[in-house]
Amino acid sequence: MFTALEKQLLNDYQQGMPLVSEPYSEIAREINLKGFSVTEQEIIDSLSSLKERGMISRVGPVFKPNSIGVSTLAAIAVPANRVDEVANIVSAFSQVNHNYEREHQFNLWFVVTASSQNEVEQVLEAIELQAGLSVMNLPMEQDYHIDLGFPLWC
Amino acid sequence: MDDLDRRIITATQAGLPLVKEPYQAIAQQLNIEPELLQQRMQIMLEQGQIRRIGAVPNHYKLGYRANAMSVWNVPDEMIAELGHQLGALSFVSHCYERPRFLPEWPYNLFAMLHGKSKHEVAEKVQEIINLLGEHCAGYELLYSKNILKKTGLRLKN
Repeated sequence: MFTALEKQLLNDYQQGMPLVSEPYSEIAREINLKGFSVTEQEIIDSLSSLKERGMISRVGPVFKPNSIGVSTLAAIAVPANRVDEVANIVSAFSQVNHNYEREHQFNLWFVVTASSQNEVEQVLEAIELQAGLSVMNLPMEQDYHIDLGFPLWC
Repeated sequence: MDDLDRRIITATQAGLPLVKEPYQAIAQQLNIEPELLQQRMQIMLEQGQIRRIGAVPNHYKLGYRANAMSVWNVPDEMIAELGHQLGALSFVSHCYERPRFLPEWPYNLFAMLHGKSKHEVAEKVQEIINLLGEHCAGYELLYSKNILKKTGLRLKN
């Protein structure tokens, strides 16, 4: 499913991608110290292939939540016969970037991200109005996660 | 954080181009020198606005098909200590304090858990239960049933 190089890239480069003008060349140099013998182009091709196959969503910076813009997590307890309808109402907002159906009485969970607190509240109010259901608003108060990437084959 | 930082975030949040000189490509788009772009990103990295730079894995596609949002009711005066302990666990990808919404929703600590199966997730949950001990006044697991919409952070200028 994965080549040895892909595994190594996934394990070692979820963080710490060199911030230099030719980062993929630097990655090739670093990875070759671990017994590989690859070129810059092979690094670029491997990452491109992982991305095309959907194994990674992108290569780049991961920003802290609310670095720019304001976001919140919200949930609605939707009656079983209205899930599709209400989900479509919610997903139609461009400010909604995640919308999940979950196994719970609160069965619709979504993230609203906008450029201001005011805009977030307007979206939540508009959803309440269109769905005719109340929205539980749970903004993040504190972030406790130490983001070092995710161990895959450790 | 100034206007240039915001432009840099907007230009890089969907990822860097997979070309020989990705920062050069982004800098050109922003009409600035690549050195300035790298400098600004270095500062954002040191100050924590950028958490990391690298490949962003898609857990689901990589075989971590069981994803649960675990929610915990812990005492307010303990939440910082317990939150840091949960946030440091390798199988936790997000760990946030959020307000309770009483009476329907007594949970104030959220941790996203990823495993290859529900069984594996259940083992992780037990690990958290042991870690929280007497401080856990209740918890629930909300498995995702359907991903109805998922786009990266996309803020316009």
